[in-house]
Amino acid sequence: MSEIRNFTMNFGPQHPAAHGVLRLILEMDGEIVERADPHVGLLHRATEKLAESKPYNHSIGYMDRLDYVSMMCNEHAYVRAIEQLLGIEPPERAQYIRTMFDEATRILNHLMWIGSNALDLGAMAVFLYAFRERENLMDAYEAVSGTRMHATYYRPGGVYRDLPDQMPKVAESPWRKGKDLARMNEWREGSLLDFLEAFADDFFDRVDDYETLLTDNRIWKQRTVGIGAVSPDRALQLGFTGPMLRGSGVEWDLRKKQPYAKYREMDFDIPVGTNGDCYDRYLVRIEEMRQSASMVKQCIAWLRENPGPVMIRNFKVAPPTREEMKDDMEALIHHFKLFTEGYCVPEGETYAAVEAPKGEFGCYLISDGANKPFRVHLRAPGYAHLSAMHEMAKGHMLADIAALIATQDIVFGEIDR
Amino acid sequence: MSNFSERNQSLVQALKHVLGERIVSMVEHRGQLALEISHEHWLDAAWLLRDEPDLAFEQLTDLCGVDYLGFGDDEWETAEATSHGFSRAADALGPGRFSWDERPEATDIPNRFAAVVHLLSLRHNRRLRLRCFAPDDDLPVIPSLIEVWNSVNWYEREAFDLFGIVFEGHPDLRRLMTDYGFIGHPFRKDFPLIGNVTVRYDEDKGRVIYEPVEIEPRVTVARVVRRDSRYVDEKLEGTDR
Repeated sequence: MSEIRNFTMNFGPQHPAAHGVLRLILEMDGEIVERADPHVGLLHRATEKLAESKPYNHSIGYMDRLDYVSMMCNEHAYVRAIEQLLGIEPPERAQYIRTMFDEATRILNHLMWIGSNALDLGAMAVFLYAFRERENLMDAYEAVSGTRMHATYYRPGGVYRDLPDQMPKVAESPWRKGKDLARMNEWREGSLLDFLEAFADDFFDRVDDYETLLTDNRIWKQRTVGIGAVSPDRALQLGFTGPMLRGSGVEWDLRKKQPYAKYREMDFDIPVGTNGDCYDRYLVRIEEMRQSASMVKQCIAWLRENPGPVMIRNFKVAPPTREEMKDDMEALIHHFKLFTEGYCVPEGETYAAVEAPKGEFGCYLISDGANKPFRVHLRAPGYAHLSAMHEMAKGHMLADIAALIATQDIVFGEIDR
Repeated sequence: MSNFSERNQSLVQALKHVLGERIVSMVEHRGQLALEISHEHWLDAAWLLRDEPDLAFEQLTDLCGVDYLGFGDDEWETAEATSHGFSRAADALGPGRFSWDERPEATDIPNRFAAVVHLLSLRHNRRLRLRCFAPDDDLPVIPSLIEVWNSVNWYEREAFDLFGIVFEGHPDLRRLMTDYGFIGHPFRKDFPLIGNVTVRYDEDKGRVIYEPVEIEPRVTVARVVRRDSRYVDEKLEGTDR
């Protein structure tokens, strides 16, 4: 009889289900995974070190590129850390705008997750529907910041500019004309807030559509129920946060427990799972999308009623307006100093965390009083989740690895940093 | 040690009571409590922080390495004018402004490397920051916390990879972020931002080759420390939180 040995397998880094550049060394006993050893760092750009050589504001754009499907939430953590060290507070309207876009970003992220998760497990259609909706939210990103993804919209002291009164319309082209064009522009007749409200109203039905496709789907349940179950104790030990922790039944959400921005004013529920498996985490994220859409609507209602400044008037941190610069020497000097040298942050250290769509995204900032951070450390939720891959995968079949990577909602921009 | 806000009083009391002599220092900044613990007590303090019901820090959210080389240095003399006027340009090599050959000599500074940990207690809904300095700069060694909080596994691997801090007792201390066979610890302050090798595919040799970097440091904005009177006053008045 021949000797039976474990078989070592290379999963990725070029594999569609690896969500980017994950190299997973799997030790297999037949179809069963004995050991999973993720090799990460293939997308390592040393963001934290780059930030040390740049004035504070220059690094906001890098934050978008960390978790590149929940851009503004990353910015929020970084910007909040700077604000804490400077001891400044953005105006109320900016806080509401941030809350609204954080929730829009959560929908954006979860749509990406549900699309790719379903695709990994063999359901093509969900991906197409999810990306249709994502397109609308990216347009909202573009309307406020000028870019579809890497917005750099949050700034220390507020947001870059107020919401536009006119939502840009889709232009006519050989591919977009007639009825199609009219349908696409139906929501875009008014302001950005009108557009987002129409989107949020419509979105509840869209979530129901995804549920029709997946929730009672036999194949979906066979692939997710009982897969990658994590007990609440283990989830805490392994550093899980966000839906990964709530899927295991731990009711913990920074938006409720340590509210920031305007979450104290928001009316929302935290969905919690019971079994801690892939299916529960799916249900948690589905419900989060509904809650987010409802919060977007709450923010819209407030923002309609309350115009006001979206950036603090502190020229040491935020630039003066163009008009002021035209006839005020002082304003011109401030502008020049701010854009050549930046601002100095008083000596100290802080840790600011936000509830990003994937979990707790934290920014640990040490300042030595200079115009550049002394050390920035970014705590990415996916990093802790992926490090638990071995524990979650052990004893499962090879095909379940795809389900696990998908349920962890892995994005390499934030893990490798 | 008395300057703590109302919110943190109970935590401060519990920490003093449980950890006692193990605390080297305890400071509050912007409402956040930071504790320094010596490396001898690092591990047993961690056990207490997790298991004592008054503290109950069930989760370790984050660990990172810090290299304190060059803390507070600026590249541009701005404080006072000299006999030949203000300095006109940056005249020191701060982060990102030196290449491999020009890298600053790491002189002996006390407490160069530290590991900083962020803990979270879900039961009491509070956070705590811990710091542990490595006693030896040449071979920084800190005990590993992996038995206490399993989540520290990759964080310690990363700190080892990027800063060269050795976590004693870690079962699998391999490099994590950098390339296979990488030399050096890239996040140390004396490691150039541009790196030291580039990788490319060589047509003739038919394989990937490593070469010395060709690019030059090009950080153009100088690092400046300005003592802003508003913040200085704040500190003097003790309203610093």
